Amino acid sequence: MIDTKLYRSPLIAQASDPEIQERLQKIWETTPGLKGWLTTVDHKIIGIRYLITAFAFLLLGGVESLVMRVQLAHANQHVLTPDQYNQLFTMHGITMIFLYALPVLSGFSNYIWPLLLGSRDMAFPRLNALSYWIFLFSGLFIYTSFIVGDGPNSGWFNYVPYASLSYNPGQGIDFYALGMILLGISTTVGSINFIVTLFHTRAPGMSINRVPILVWGTLTASVGNLLAVPAVSLAFLMLWMDRQFGTHFFDATGGGSALLWQHLFWMFGHPWVYAIVLPAMGIISDGLPVFCRRPLVGYTLVALSTVSTMFLGFGVWVHHMFATGMPALSLSFFSAASFVIAIPSAVAVFAWIATIWTGQPVFKTPFLFFSSFVLLFVIGGVSGFMTAAVPLDLQLTDTYFIVAHLHYVLLGINVFPVIGGIYYWFPKMTGRLMNERLGRWNFWIMFIGFNLAFFPMHITGLLGMPRRVYTYPSNYGWDTLNFASSIGAFLFAIGVLLFLINVFRSLGNGEKAGHNPWDASTLEWSTSSPPPPYNFTVIPTLASRHPLWEDRLDDLGSGRSILDQGFLLDQGRETLGTTALDSEPDVILKMPGDSYTPFVLALLLTILCYCALMHWWWQGLISIVGLFICLLIWLWPQVALAQSVKNFDSESLS
Amino acid sequence: MIENIMTAKKLPVGSSGQHTSGWLGMLALIATEAALFAYLLFSYFYLATQAQTTWLPTASPSLKLALPNTFILITSSFILYWGERSIRKGKRSQLLLAIGLTLALGIVFMAIQVQEWYSKPFSMTDSAYGSMYFTITGFHMLHVLGGVIILAVVFLWTALGNFNAERHAPIAISAIYWHFVDIVWLVVFSTFYLYPYLR
Repeated sequence: MIDTKLYRSPLIAQASDPEIQERLQKIWETTPGLKGWLTTVDHKIIGIRYLITAFAFLLLGGVESLVMRVQLAHANQHVLTPDQYNQLFTMHGITMIFLYALPVLSGFSNYIWPLLLGSRDMAFPRLNALSYWIFLFSGLFIYTSFIVGDGPNSGWFNYVPYASLSYNPGQGIDFYALGMILLGISTTVGSINFIVTLFHTRAPGMSINRVPILVWGTLTASVGNLLAVPAVSLAFLMLWMDRQFGTHFFDATGGGSALLWQHLFWMFGHPWVYAIVLPAMGIISDGLPVFCRRPLVGYTLVALSTVSTMFLGFGVWVHHMFATGMPALSLSFFSAASFVIAIPSAVAVFAWIATIWTGQPVFKTPFLFFSSFVLLFVIGGVSGFMTAAVPLDLQLTDTYFIVAHLHYVLLGINVFPVIGGIYYWFPKMTGRLMNERLGRWNFWIMFIGFNLAFFPMHITGLLGMPRRVYTYPSNYGWDTLNFASSIGAFLFAIGVLLFLINVFRSLGNGEKAGHNPWDASTLEWSTSSPPPPYNFTVIPTLASRHPLWEDRLDDLGSGRSILDQGFLLDQGRETLGTTALDSEPDVILKMPGDSYTPFVLALLLTILCYCALMHWWWQGLISIVGLFICLLIWLWPQVALAQSVKNFDSESLS
Repeated sequence: MIENIMTAKKLPVGSSGQHTSGWLGMLALIATEAALFAYLLFSYFYLATQAQTTWLPTASPSLKLALPNTFILITSSFILYWGERSIRKGKRSQLLLAIGLTLALGIVFMAIQVQEWYSKPFSMTDSAYGSMYFTITGFHMLHVLGGVIILAVVFLWTALGNFNAERHAPIAISAIYWHFVDIVWLVVFSTFYLYPYLR
């Protein structure tokens, strides 16, 4: 039945009513079969797809690194040719940084956000599907070059003039350039979706100071992406134009500048680093306290430190370019800014330590991952602080010390929270707990392997071994350290393998979880595991940060959250829109149904990229027309969504 | 607090004006597009300040076409604003007139801009300045083209009777985009046409 009223007082209903639940199930569930598979806009399905796809890329990038570690295990090895090695370290970087690190966090946020916020879906469900499909296709697009043996080979930051046509005539760089522009679209629409979701669809009463830190992290990352991603998309477009159409952006002989590439890349690159760690730090800030049996110490400070880290993160990009011969004055400025960033990071670290210190830690697997994260973050942070000093950086830049630093940061602050986060939310996603015993083995092998692989690299770097060399002579004292790193890398890989075994075993015969197996405090644990397609039977009303712990925390004031009754929105797919800061009911949002358009649109965009790569202009034009038609179908005003008032009598509305 | 929330007041259903997610989404899109143009202009000024030889290919760019064209674009924004106000009062024919006029001015702007491109004595591949000029104005042109297509579509939607005083979110959303494209032009115009006169 189509609801044609423009204003309505939502009914209040009881959450336990089975009749309502059945009706909502019919409205929200995805059609089974191929159609449902291609058209679904359910944020939970999309979130899990993000997680699985990002993990697939993690495994690919992992295999690439293992091949490199075989090559580097001993001096003077020739397992790989120099060119193969170049392609491998480039694809390893691209895969891990762009195709794994952010998408995996988007997966978590996609799955959990509406559950945390007490809503039924993301603000733009179809946009959500679009961002997933584009992410998948852009990954496949970049990998086609690698598979045909002509992958990008200039490192993930792709400096010109290495990457310019005269030094790099193959198609690998063009694949990388166009693929990154495509991926940029996915990141951008995803970020817009998170921002609007936060400001528009929180449950009533969930004012801005009551949202979980994960939400703060992803919000900050999304705003950062919105402002940073254009820099890299533009840089790659300019590079592609330099290579294909003879423009002179990065070509010094034509009045351009090779350093412009570095500026644009790192203006994006440094905020991106925070985009791929802040949501992961949010996982810690929300997950760790559950296993310490107390709320996070210093919620407000941690939220503010999240935001200020990103803010400062926009002013430190030059610390990647200390060795490029810039004036000393600007080096000092950027060096100082890089030191300052340690302050918000330290605030968060002390908040986590205080949470553990004053809590009663429960040593479950997620706790092991979350607490070890704090240690790894401090190690990675200190080596980052060291390289923020210009003189030391001049000595260490492009050595294995940097490799050690960035892996401590990216694995320590991304992979460890992510694996811990899977252990933590797996019961919510599947209804079953992961195996605890296997989980401990998994953790300790990963932790030891990780440190064995990457800690020695600090020393290899201090001993002067440059990064990105395919082999090395044996008399420099690098042999033992490199061998240790290779052993550690394989140990780490075994840990990841144990994790996968645990996932697959637990899917079938893990212990049944129930609503709230960890006795956690936030909204996602109030609904069943796995949650129904509509998430919440009625829209909950919040009175604190910890709706499920209200009866045991006495400093929360007099209000109590109401989860068992609330707005019933059941005239088609609907959720509640609320005001941006105070989260008061504002509008009943009509949500779109499942649709083919996101999939087709993503496919056409990918085809367009192939056309641009091959200079097939006519075919490209046809896909642009297709895109236009697709968008028109997507956006056409629908009476059912109250976007259009066509054919209805305005007199009868009041 | 909770009592307030639970007292059921009448809420608008669906796409109501600035209560829509689409409106917020467009603001976010504008933020990222603004960042894109900021990076374009950063690139321009970076290359200009780092230039080893003469940066400008001609001493002072001609304002003969560009200045009137700027006024054309600004006028179109005011007309569209008037149209948007009309539909809030339910005056659909005024909105149609406004969108039609805005569309026409947008197309005139594009035609004059193409003329301007042909009159330039340099090309995209001559120098970094040429690359920057044609890329930045080209980016802007693509945005005007996007705006023109959007306006044509909302013209059609309005003519088909989809909107009234209560429900016209696509009008507000496309109008704010059009205003953004116009403001970007002011910045691009100042960079390429006015700034050289200040030196």
